[in-house]
Parts: sequence; structure tokens; C-alpha cells
Amino acid sequence: MQRTKFLLGGLLILAAVVYLIASSTQASAEYFMTIDELKAEGSAAVGKSLRLSGAVIGDTIQYDPQTLTLTFEVAHVPGDNNEIEAQGGLAKVLYDAVNDPTRQRVKVIYKGVKPDLLRGEAQAIMTGKMGEDGIFYADELLLKCPTRYEEAVPEQSASN
Amino acid sequence: MLAEFGYGVLMVSFIVALYSVGAAIFGVRNKSDAVIESARRAMLLTFPLISLSAATLIYLLVNNHYEVAFVYEVTSRSMPTYLKVTAWWGGQAGSLVFWSWLLSAFASAVTLRKWDRDREFLPWVIVVTAITLAFFLGMVVFYENPFARYWQDINGQLITRIDGQLLTSVFTPVIGATTFIPDDGQGLNPLLRHPGMVIHPPMLYLGFVSFVIPYAFAIAALVTGRTDDRWIRLTRRWSLWAWLFLSFGLVLGGRWAYDVLGWGGYWGWDPVEIAAFMPWLTGTAFLHSVMIQEKRGLLKHWNMVLVILTYALVIFGTFLTRSGVLSSVHAFAQSAIGPLFFAFIGITFITSISLLIWRWPELRGETEMKSMLSREALFLLNNLLFMSVLVVCFWGVIFPLISELATGAKVTVGPPFYERATAPLFAALMFLMGIAPLSAWGHSTLNTLGRAIWKSALAALFLTVVLFAVYTKNLIALIAFFLIALVLFVTMQEFWRATRARQRAQDENFFTALARLIGRSRRRYGGYIIHISMMLMAIGILGIEIFQTETQGTVAVGESLDISGYTVEYKELANWDVPVRGNPQVNYTRAAVSIFKGGVYLGELYPRKDYYYDSQQNMTIPGNRSTLRDDLYVLLVDWQPISANGATFKIYVNPLVNWLWIGSLLFLFGVIIAAWPDKDPEQEPVRVNKRARQMSAAD
Repeated sequence: MQRTKFLLGGLLILAAVVYLIASSTQASAEYFMTIDELKAEGSAAVGKSLRLSGAVIGDTIQYDPQTLTLTFEVAHVPGDNNEIEAQGGLAKVLYDAVNDPTRQRVKVIYKGVKPDLLRGEAQAIMTGKMGEDGIFYADELLLKCPTRYEEAVPEQSASN
Repeated sequence: MLAEFGYGVLMVSFIVALYSVGAAIFGVRNKSDAVIESARRAMLLTFPLISLSAATLIYLLVNNHYEVAFVYEVTSRSMPTYLKVTAWWGGQAGSLVFWSWLLSAFASAVTLRKWDRDREFLPWVIVVTAITLAFFLGMVVFYENPFARYWQDINGQLITRIDGQLLTSVFTPVIGATTFIPDDGQGLNPLLRHPGMVIHPPMLYLGFVSFVIPYAFAIAALVTGRTDDRWIRLTRRWSLWAWLFLSFGLVLGGRWAYDVLGWGGYWGWDPVEIAAFMPWLTGTAFLHSVMIQEKRGLLKHWNMVLVILTYALVIFGTFLTRSGVLSSVHAFAQSAIGPLFFAFIGITFITSISLLIWRWPELRGETEMKSMLSREALFLLNNLLFMSVLVVCFWGVIFPLISELATGAKVTVGPPFYERATAPLFAALMFLMGIAPLSAWGHSTLNTLGRAIWKSALAALFLTVVLFAVYTKNLIALIAFFLIALVLFVTMQEFWRATRARQRAQDENFFTALARLIGRSRRRYGGYIIHISMMLMAIGILGIEIFQTETQGTVAVGESLDISGYTVEYKELANWDVPVRGNPQVNYTRAAVSIFKGGVYLGELYPRKDYYYDSQQNMTIPGNRSTLRDDLYVLLVDWQPISANGATFKIYVNPLVNWLWIGSLLFLFGVIIAAWPDKDPEQEPVRVNKRARQMSAAD
């Protein structure tokens, strides 16, 4: 009798937790896409909650402090870590992406404080939605700055 | 020379740790106390050895030995000495040495205790700690070597690997090669040059490493078949200290984010944060459920599961945080040691669980749980809730992998997922915190609970109505405030009632009675103080999560911005270089703003933006005016060189957030009370019988 009660209680909690996780996942899932994938989706991607990764192109960064509007372009980088490793690591992949004019690019608009880590060859991970105008409207902006590829070699030398 | 020496010593300590494992097992099999003693001494030897190696590393760090790759990566000439020392744990290789050093210190402390009554545990505790130690040392010796150096060949050409990366090694890679010494190092990421970041990683690591000790005793209990609560009694204090350090590490991380990262928050549900949070969850559940085993002889299997899980999560957390938190805020280094970590976690986990299954019948509970409202049942519920939070976190971390395997699409979940899914669980935990102290061991009914709680519940309700009238109409906030008030009132009532009872019985004044009461049952009242501190922290979290307001704008000198009753007036802007040995190192841009509230002048704030020349990185330092009611948090976003167009500010008002930090100080106090050594800390079990149960319902 007691056992059944406890079992029932446990099952109830389990069900509640499963429901919580399932509903919260559904409500806040974001599709992770690379820029190539985004371009391939075309208009089907408009309006979906997306998480987009790309290499920041330094020359395109513009910031209007009056309206706190930040615009920049990002170039395609692979989404898969193994692929990034195979191509020589994140720093090299970002360097290549920025310096390759044939790569697919997307314009991004973000409203808010300009992040300290935003600069050319940073990896931007942006959460937001694709607009019908082909611009990605980011609500959240995360930046990864690996040690710059060009500076991977220590700069100055002296021998002992 | 020094690099070779440091590396050699590390290598020796690795071998000594391995020897310790072998000797302990051999000693048990051959029933030879002498061999076990030798294993114990080997374990003790690892500490001075690793200390020596660490001292060498610190010497190299402090004295600018940039030919050593690790030194080059984490220090630079412009860094002050104390930061060069703490750069020890500023990178992956060094932090693995740091981890090993802590573990060898703790393992030595444990093996130095008197083992008379627990002789049979000793070899197995050595085996578990020494295997863990050998694993970490092995990582350092073979994969993440902090002593590896740069080399150049006879022509002065840097030697590279086949894939074009620079070759690093301790010893000469080719005949005639000499070490290559860069002039200056890269330096620690400026974001990490903050006192909070100096203490935060060691705190977390102390917490992580101390949890290895209870795990070692649990495994020793399983292997030897001495499955009473001896292992729990022996490690109770270790678990508490481990928990204290881990908790404090988490809080310091939050404080650092609030002070340095300049986004007005303290916790972002980053995978790295979650990795440190998960062992905290199982550890907290463990601290609660061991009490049931001690008092009632129940949940023995469950405690084993919890300690095994905590160990696995600690190793996992070390793996995730070792580069994530330490080298850059969000940069993850991919490296060869990932698969090794997972293999180690997998092997130790499967071995532990197999041992547990083997001893399953001997760990059966001594009684049964009878009442759904008994204290043990509520503790069990508390455990289930902590586990549920853990499952939510774990799901959030692995969900991208699962969805990719299942559907091919990579789907991630962000902070909203965690907030949504954990909020009801945290609310339920708070409710439990309110009623559990009032329930009795063995048996409680709604009636007895109701009688004990109604006054506090009524007072909490009254307070909630007042808050509704004067402060907020937000339903979630009101529910949370009700629960917080309920826990605070119930807990304070417990203190009050017990103190009054003691005052009458012993004829003491109130404060003596209170102090002696706490002194006599430190774990219980220390625990209650921790509950109160958690509620204060909850007030802070609620304040910033629900009531945060923000504004932003560009103003000229003399103009001002308004937010939540505050007026922030832009006064002036200054810009200067801070030179180190003649070279500009940091450029400060500092705005001065005056703060008014209701026309009353409150003072000035100085939000800043620092630019570090060596790492070409900005750092936004907020100007923060902190009161018990709210924080005014001003960020300098941008500016025009000559103040014609003025500067741009982003301003947050974070109500109540100070209670988060106040609560964490009280928390520290509570844990110290709970963990303070007793005269006889390892007393034999006293099970609560029927008579005692009735007393505890009444006391």
C-alpha cells in the first residue's frame, strides 16, 4: 500500500519533469545553421528561431551609437568541429573565411552595446531571426576570439 | 635546465602514483601490511614531488622564461608578479598540474589520519585517489606538458611539426637545436586579470578535488563490503568543505561576471557554468540524503549512486572548465585530451556501478519509509528535485547532440530553456525548505505539519499582500516572495522556539541560549543558516531576473538620462595611457557621471572602457552604485573624441541584487558552523527510534 503510494508519487514527479523538459525544449529550441545552410533554405528560414555561426568581416563593422545599432557581415564557416579541426583549427578557418571573397555572406543587424570582443576574424554566434529583406536580426551575440592565426608564431626572436 | 627538471619530477611523481596503486592492491591480495604501508608512503611522497614541480613552473612563470610555451601563452612582461603566479592555473596544462597538486595534498592529509578502526579502507582509498592522481599526471606528462619549449635549428629557423604548427618539446628535438626565446609572452586575457578570477578557479578546483575523497571512501566501502555508514561518517566533513568551496567558486564566478563582463548579469547558463553547477547539484543532494542513512538507515544505494555521479561530474566539469573558463570566456580549445577524459569517466563510472550492483543486497535499507510527510520522505523528494534540475541541465547540454543524431538538424536550447524548466523545480525546493524542518522522522501528518506551519504561513501571506499593494503585481514574483518569506519565517521560528525552550530549561539569557543551541547541534542549525542564506540569495536573483530595467542613450556633457527614479548626468570624459616600463599598456577612457534621485545628489560614478594594447582587447568596467534596495549599473558604451556629440551609456537598475552577495557571505558562515569539527566527529550511529522521533517532533 505504502509502496504503491510512493511509486505513484515518484511517477507523478517523473511525468512532471518530462513535461517540463519537453515543453521548455519546444518553446526555446533554436536551429543551429551555417550560412551556407541558411542560404540554401532561402525564404523557408524567414521567421524561424535560429542560431547562426559565421566569421566577422572586420571592414564591415559599423556602429551607430545614437541608436545603438550594430551592423556587420559574416562569412560562412563550417559548423562541425571535426571539419574545423581538419581545416587547421578555428583560427585558420576564420582567417580563410574572411579572406575568401567567394564565400557566402550575410548581413547582420544587432541592437545594443557593441561587444568588446567584436572584431575581424572573430567567430560570431548569433541568435535571432532571418528577416524577409535577407538581413539577419540578432537578439543575442556571442563572440569567440581564438588567438589570431597570423600571430600563432611568436613575434620576436632572440637566441640563447 | 629547469624545464627538464620540472618535467622529470612530474614524471617521477606519475610513476610513484602508479606504484602506489600497484602496491596497495598487491598488499591487500597478499595481506601484507608492510606493502600497504609502502603504498601509503608513496602516496605521501607525491605531494612534495608535485610541489617541487609546481614551484619550478612558478619560477619559470615569474622569471619570464618565454621559451616555455605555457609561460609564453599565459604571461607577459607587463603583468605584475602576483598575476604571473596565478597564471599557473590560467591555462590548461598548468591547471592540470594545479589539480594534481591539490589532490595529492588532500590524499596525503587523508592517509595521515589514524586508521586504527578503519584499516581495511586504507589500501582502497589509496587505490582510488592514486588512480585519479595518476590519470591527471599522465595527462600532463604525455599530452599537456607545461614544460614544453620552442626550438630553432642551427640556422635560427623555428622548428615546426609536419602540419605547420610550432613544435614544442622538453628535450632537444634534433641535434644542434637550441631553445627559441620569444621576447615577450602573449599575456593573460585582460578579462581574467581580476581578483575574482584569481580566486574563482582555485575555489572551484578545491571543491572538485575534495569530492574525490568521499568517493574514494565509498568505493573502499563497496570493495571491502563494510557497507555500514562508517564511510559516510568519515567523509561527512570532507563533503561539507568540498561543497563550501564549490559553492563559493560558483558565486565568485558570478560576481566576476557582474563586475567585469559588463552585461548587467551574473549567470548565463553557459555550458561551462553548467558543468560546474552539475556536481554542485548532486553534491547538495548527497549532503541531504546522507542524513537519512545516518538517522534511519535508509537510501544506502542512493547515497552510493550520488557520490559516484558527483565524482563523474567533477571529472567532467574539470574537463569542460579547464580551458573554457580559464583561457578565454567562451573559447573552447579542442585537444587530444577530450577522448581520454571521456574514456576515464566511462571506465571509472562503469566500474563503480558494477561494484555497487555487486554489493546491492548488503545495502538494503534497515526500515521502510512509512509516511509520505515524514522527514525522510521529504528529504527523498528534495533529492528527486535536485536530480530533476540535474537532468534538465544535462539535457540542455547534450540536446544538440541528440537532435543531430535523431533528426540531422542541429538544435540548441538557450537560457530561456533552463529558466523555464528549472523555475518550478526551484520553487518546489523552496517549499520543501519551508516544511521539511517542521516534519518529524518516521511519521508526520498533514495535521501536525499544519499546526506547526500556520503562523509562518499566515505571516508570509500577509507580507505577500503588502508587497502586492506597494511593490509589484507580478504573479511569479509574488509566489516566489511568498515562498521566500515562508522559509524565512519557519526557519526563524525554529531558532526562536528552540532558544526559548533552552532558555527556560537552562536558565540562560537569550543570546547564550542561542549560541549554545547552535553549538550543540551544529549541523542542524548550520543547515538552517544555510537555508536562510539561500533565501537571501533568492531575493537577489529574483530582483535581477524579474525587476531589472535598462535604458540607453547618447548624451552631451551636462545632459542626463532617466531610469527608475534615478537621473544620470554626464559630466566629463578623460582618456589616458597607463604605461608599464615606458610602454603604454592600457588605455583608459573614463566618464564621470553624477547620480541624482528625486533631485538629491547621491555621488559620482566612473564607468570605464579599457583598451589593452598587447591583446588588442577592450574591457568594459561598469560604474556601480550598490544599495540594499537596488544597484545602479552604468556602462560607457561609446564616445566622441571631443565631447561635441557626447557619450553613449547603457544603464541598468538591478533591484535587490545585493542580497545575492550578502546571502553568499551568510552562506559561508552557515557552512563553517555545520562543518566545524566536533569533539568526537566519528561517533557511532544513533538511529532515531520511536521515542526519539516523538521528541524530535516536539523539540
